[in-house]
Amino acid sequence: MDESTIFEKVKKIIVDQLRVDENLVTMDSNIQEDLGADSLDAVELIMALEEEFGIDVQDEEAENFKTVGDVVRYIEKRL
Amino acid sequence: MRRRVAITGLGVISPVGIGKDVFWENIKKGKSGISFISKFPTDDFPTKIAGEVKDFNPEEFIDKREARRLDRFSQFAIAATRLALEDSGWNPTEEEKENTAVIVTSGIGGFETLENQFRSLFEKGPNRISPFLIPMVIINIASGNISIFFGFKGPNYSPVSACASSAHAIGIGYRLVSTGEADFAIVGGSEASITPMGIAGFCALQALSTRNDEPEKASRPFDAKRDGFVMGEGAGILILEELNHAINRGARIYAEIVGFGASDDAYHITAPDPEGNGAVLSMKRAIKDAGINPEDINYINAHGTSTKLNDKIETLAIKKVFGEYAYKIPVSSTKSMVGHLLGAAASVESIATVLSIYEGIIHPTINYEEKDPECDLDYVPNVARKWDIKYALKNSFGFGGQNATLIFKKYEG
Repeated sequence: MDESTIFEKVKKIIVDQLRVDENLVTMDSNIQEDLGADSLDAVELIMALEEEFGIDVQDEEAENFKTVGDVVRYIEKRL
Repeated sequence: MRRRVAITGLGVISPVGIGKDVFWENIKKGKSGISFISKFPTDDFPTKIAGEVKDFNPEEFIDKREARRLDRFSQFAIAATRLALEDSGWNPTEEEKENTAVIVTSGIGGFETLENQFRSLFEKGPNRISPFLIPMVIINIASGNISIFFGFKGPNYSPVSACASSAHAIGIGYRLVSTGEADFAIVGGSEASITPMGIAGFCALQALSTRNDEPEKASRPFDAKRDGFVMGEGAGILILEELNHAINRGARIYAEIVGFGASDDAYHITAPDPEGNGAVLSMKRAIKDAGINPEDINYINAHGTSTKLNDKIETLAIKKVFGEYAYKIPVSSTKSMVGHLLGAAASVESIATVLSIYEGIIHPTINYEEKDPECDLDYVPNVARKWDIKYALKNSFGFGGQNATLIFKKYEG
């Protein structure tokens, strides 16, 4: 799965969960500051990603996710 | 010295309409909000009818992202609060917000969320449970969310007493304002338990009407052919305000709240005391609290559920409190039209009561066709009545034998 395919899937999950305009979701957008996620949204987001991509994300790893790009690159590495 | 407490704002989400005006027009007309359940397939359910709120779009009231993090009962509560605030014309200052209590409750809380998450637990395991499960489900979260959304920083909690929950909430809010602990109180209840578990649970208790072939006729309080209650959903929010503040800002004062009494049957988890003594105590305490005589009451908005036992025993209890005078008091049941909103019932019915006082019109008890010898009061059958109410008494009784009674008074300056 290439980066842009992963990005599109991640974007869809973010739009669905955070109800943000999809134009706001770019590789550079900061999940908390730009997209308004709080700590509970972050937990839910990780769960949805785990389910979508069939991976397990450790809490310590999730703490490093700041931007959408961080998440996409992490998933690309794991797949 | 107790301060007087005015009711200055009303917000309703109900099976007969959203907003005070539509609600009031419909219940004056005697319109039923009961129909076939549309939210889930009812093939295996003995009861297939309820009072659903059909045209509710949370995004008309709440940002869509926030709405997703709220169970339906919290969405109802926030929407009804927004409507009540708009209705009151009150634009609170920061200082006023600090002095505003929020006492809003529910009988059951976020049942829909709980059921969905239960499914996830069994199908996908404990690691797939939403972080929002607990904060969406707990009963006090509607009240908490109201403060978070509107910035009210006074006392905030949720008394829980099943079908009397919002009567206790209104009573406590009244106390807070009358003693000066708060200058304003946002009070009421919210319920959204028309879910497979909610309906199945009350079916198992054999508490629900099974008149599935005539949904609009199923809720028939005090009628001889009543066969159980019909579940409703929605929310009712009232704005309570210290009277002088309301006068000074030129607020519309619907009525005053002047009495609150509560008791327990100490008898059975679901059945009322056959002697009605718990209900008698609750009514007597409210009348005493109001500093009036029983003969001052000239309207009763009944708990009136349409179950065999409640209506019979509530009638008995009213006669024990009022004696012969009971036959002269009109008694009506809002549940005949909206069904039983459980923890939100008393709040929506209190709004009906307050509007009855304000307009001098009592709404009817619909579907009243055949007299039950054990229910022999004036139930305002089927047609609204012009009636100048001085003091109105509102009863609410919950499982666990938990009773509450409120007394509202016409505002006469």
